[in-house]
Amino acid sequence: MAYIFNDTQMTEFKRLVARYPEGKQKSALLPVLHLAQESFGGWLSTEALDYVASLLSIEPIEVYEVATFYTMFNVKPVGKYVFEVCQTGPCMISGSDSIIDYIKHVLDIKPGETTKDGLFTLKLVECLGACGYAPMMQVGKFYKEHLTKEKVDAIIAEYRAEAATKN
Amino acid sequence: MPLLLNIEQKQQQKIKEVVKYITMGVKLLLDKANVPGIRSYEVYRREGGYRSVEKALKEMNPEAIVEEVKKSGLRGRGGAGFPTGMKWSFIAKPEGVPRHLVCNADESEPGTFKDRYLMEFLPHLLIEGLIISSFALGSNDTYIYIRGEYAWIPDILEEAINEAKANGWLGKNILGTGFDCNIHVQRGGGAYICGEETALIESLEGKRGNPRIKPPFPAIQGLWMRPTVVNNVETLAAIVPIINIGGEAYAKIGVGKSTGTKLISACGNINKPGVYEIDMTISVEEFIYSDEYCGGIKGGKKLKACIPGGSSVPILPANLLLKTAKGETRYMNYESLSDGGFATGSMLGSGGFIVLDEDQCIVKNTLTLARFYRHESCGQCSPCREGTGWMEKILQKIEQGKGTIADIDLLWDIQRKIEGNTICPLGDAASWPVAAAIRHFRDEFEWHVNNPELSQTSNFGLQHYADPIHVPA
Repeated sequence: MAYIFNDTQMTEFKRLVARYPEGKQKSALLPVLHLAQESFGGWLSTEALDYVASLLSIEPIEVYEVATFYTMFNVKPVGKYVFEVCQTGPCMISGSDSIIDYIKHVLDIKPGETTKDGLFTLKLVECLGACGYAPMMQVGKFYKEHLTKEKVDAIIAEYRAEAATKN
Repeated sequence: MPLLLNIEQKQQQKIKEVVKYITMGVKLLLDKANVPGIRSYEVYRREGGYRSVEKALKEMNPEAIVEEVKKSGLRGRGGAGFPTGMKWSFIAKPEGVPRHLVCNADESEPGTFKDRYLMEFLPHLLIEGLIISSFALGSNDTYIYIRGEYAWIPDILEEAINEAKANGWLGKNILGTGFDCNIHVQRGGGAYICGEETALIESLEGKRGNPRIKPPFPAIQGLWMRPTVVNNVETLAAIVPIINIGGEAYAKIGVGKSTGTKLISACGNINKPGVYEIDMTISVEEFIYSDEYCGGIKGGKKLKACIPGGSSVPILPANLLLKTAKGETRYMNYESLSDGGFATGSMLGSGGFIVLDEDQCIVKNTLTLARFYRHESCGQCSPCREGTGWMEKILQKIEQGKGTIADIDLLWDIQRKIEGNTICPLGDAASWPVAAAIRHFRDEFEWHVNNPELSQTSNFGLQHYADPIHVPA
């Protein structure tokens, strides 16, 4: 896979960098890593990180240390849909344990694993700020809240159908 | 089961008695939240939006705005409760050095989701507050640092910024005053620590979120070593009503040093989780049991405990939550919630109100919080990096029925050695929940140790923590 932003992504990159004063382009690192992760298949390989470093004219290590510090950046390949299920206190007291067990059972994977068809990854995360709407998980850009087993089934079916139509 | 029915009826009756004294509090932030289309500029403006910008930029100077905020008694809504006006007055003004206002939207304290609500449903309220605050502080480039997981909210905020810009509230020479201001939205990468202001600044500079040693404080050397003020979303939104009604009128709402209104995000085992605006004169009991707010405990169960201000603040058993140690009614404000210090009180904190019912296990709850802090420790200071890991491991052991009494003492010892020994408050935030859990629920920990098998299949329950007010007679 070639790690080069296309024209649209490059325009967005320039918009991000332009927010900061002259010479402070490193400040755009986090937003640019988000852009790179979205553009390059949901995760950041060493090559992708090197590319970001070259774009911002900073050392690769400055990018590696940031990419590994923040939980949202995946430095290993992930499935097409990542289920990031919250397991912190307020979700736990609202039943997140049973939702996690159910997802493990239905998808037959452990946390951190991806289904054989490459569609789903289960990731356990800490508080996502949706405590009043627990249990919940994040999939891509959006939150799936008030989870029940039925709702999990529907979400999985929806993504399976979406993946089938796209292929 | 006539007896049971009788108890339930009695309980309902008691709850009804509580409901009677509801007084609908003043709403300053969410008063327009239910107006259809309030997210759009047209509707927001029609409802009186941006009036405060006109007033502040045309009729007031920056010093007068800072004075007004000081008069209002507004305290930082992010959790620490530091007076905002005073924070603003600290900003250094060296000649020729740009200053910055940074909005802390990295809401990550477990139990807290109020800023998300404000940004999602009332984006223009935040933008309006940001314009006035930027003017007061002399910030031409203002940044909103939003937690990365709120991935859909930057779009909402950027749309609001563009609308404001198109209508002359942002950009160059705003309202002909010569003041220029742009607001930029930056997403974080998923790190609780970036809610700490110096870690946030580091992150905004494209680095790991390692908190800086203070001093120098951000007001002197912050973002790019320039004078910077970092304020929470709710704090900045509150600037709007302060300018509209005046600092003195704002200070009259509430009680004592808890002025104005506070957003409380209520969650856990309650009937109506959500974001509520309170004027800090209502009692904790009313907040939990009245239909206007939490609507009581879910499933008619009993209240066991509550973490009233975000996961970092001490957990309180029901009896100490509803009444202070002196037997006085406890209210939803800074002073009353902290009455008794950490021995018998807690804190209002960020307003993340987590309610636990009789079926919840304190050990398990403390374990998930300890795991959270271990995960979120930046690793810079040894007491926090190592201590949070040990606390999680020991709690795991106790929770699984493999602990000893000595483990409970060890846990106490570790938390004591973390507190106050780290660069930033994450160390304190990690130790307080563990300390409070042992302080108030030590017998539940001991029960886990003494009943290794039973504790795996059943719960300690309420025992003597029974809710003193709502226990059916």
